[in-house]
Amino acid sequence: MQILSKHKFIETNATLLLVLSFLVVTIGGLVQITPLFYLENTIEKVDGMRPYSPLELQGREVYIREGCYVCHSQMIRPMRDEVERYGHYSLAAESMYDHPFQWGSKRTGPDLARVGGRYSDDWHVVHLRDPQSVVPESIMPKYGFLENTIIQPKYIGELMATHKFVGVPYTDEMIAAAEADFRAQADPDSDYDEMLERYPGAQVRNFDGQPGISEADALIAYLQMLGTLVDFSTFTPDASR
Amino acid sequence: MTDHPTPPPRQEGDPDTTGHVWDGIEEFDNPMPRWWLWCFYLTIIWGVAYTIAYPAWPMVSSATSGLLGYSTRGEVAEEIAAVEMRNEGINMQLASAELTEIAANPELNTYATSAGAAVYRTWCTQCHGSGAAGAVGYPNLLDDDWLWGGDIESIHATISHGIRNEEDDDARYSEMPAFGDILETEEITSVVNYVMSISGGAPVDPAQVAVGAEVYLDNCSACHGEEALGDVEQGAPNLADAIWLYGGDYDTLIETVTYSRYGVMPPWTQRLSEAEIRAVAVYVHQLGGGE
Repeated sequence: MQILSKHKFIETNATLLLVLSFLVVTIGGLVQITPLFYLENTIEKVDGMRPYSPLELQGREVYIREGCYVCHSQMIRPMRDEVERYGHYSLAAESMYDHPFQWGSKRTGPDLARVGGRYSDDWHVVHLRDPQSVVPESIMPKYGFLENTIIQPKYIGELMATHKFVGVPYTDEMIAAAEADFRAQADPDSDYDEMLERYPGAQVRNFDGQPGISEADALIAYLQMLGTLVDFSTFTPDASR
Repeated sequence: MTDHPTPPPRQEGDPDTTGHVWDGIEEFDNPMPRWWLWCFYLTIIWGVAYTIAYPAWPMVSSATSGLLGYSTRGEVAEEIAAVEMRNEGINMQLASAELTEIAANPELNTYATSAGAAVYRTWCTQCHGSGAAGAVGYPNLLDDDWLWGGDIESIHATISHGIRNEEDDDARYSEMPAFGDILETEEITSVVNYVMSISGGAPVDPAQVAVGAEVYLDNCSACHGEEALGDVEQGAPNLADAIWLYGGDYDTLIETVTYSRYGVMPPWTQRLSEAEIRAVAVYVHQLGGGE
């Protein structure tokens, strides 16, 4: 066995073994990862997806900071029981502007991928303040402080620029108007038409029902948007994936 | 340096050694166990067969789809279609039956109650509670105190169209004025004392009850009724019982009268099928308080 005796040479030279092992792993990785960037059935285009509005993006920051992803997933798997409970299974495109994605890996609480529009703003306010008051069996901690923490959207433009840097298609116009859009979405009396043009389907309300834009406003704006961007009455899933 | 001991002498029938000697220890070059080797070959065969049978190899624009034609999306669509087909008959029966006659049909009633329980657990528990006992601001569905009517048709209409939402034009709608803008502070405190006196509680200041009764007749009786028994036509709660949606203590009542309440419920026609809505209506109706 000529080839095996050559292998013996690799086994007895640690550096060569390391270099060749690395090469093998690299090839394996390339074969698995590269196709994901060009195969048409992994980069499905879906109408309705748009970058998050400034207020939603801020809410997402709160979501990540408070570790919501530790107990809540945002990933409805293509299984009947999940589809019956949570709605249409998640599409890859629905996380396309998530950096990092919030799929999560564990459900202590329910999946939140399509929580948008499922409850009223009031319910969210009460539930964040005291989850057990509406769901007695819940073990979720209380997040009442969010509604008392007023946010100044001072760095929201920078945050959007950072997301642009990693690939979210925020335009310069969006970033320039970030602060105004941030305020407009939380104020139904404001002039929010331009904001809606930039972020179609964004919901304009005073989410927590209290004066000032608090972290609860941002978080509820984010939650009420989750899973609502794709119109599933017009979307036909391609079965071959 | 110590001398390495010499290896023990080879014996008759010993296999070859690998040729290495470590501290006088040699290693026989035994073949791997056959069962292990066969398992190894089998996994290789299995791996190749798997990539032929299932979607696997990335090609130019898509991956090979596999001989079995499997896809996760196709599977879940099939599964859902199969269950829908199995229940199609009884769902159609349920959707077309007279609402009032469902309870009398044992087959339909059994199906509706258990299907309704599943719908309830998925869509209703978060507000009305997993045991349907409600929460502050979210009505208890177990008792016989109904804001918008507790017969099967009223429950069905409430679930279908919801309450005070903007998505459904047929949503149940009424709006109590915020009396903080209409009444003086003393009038509010007096009417709260009056309401407490008629609802089984003890008024905080009994001296105000008489004045409160006047205020009540002038401002509240049009909706809540002169006897304060409420009006299901406009969702006006009964104020003469001890059941409170937001709380019956003095401070909460002051808040309710001053700022009013505006409880909402989404319309379910957009999310659930007619059969599912009827099923959950039957389920709620039989919980205990159905009229």
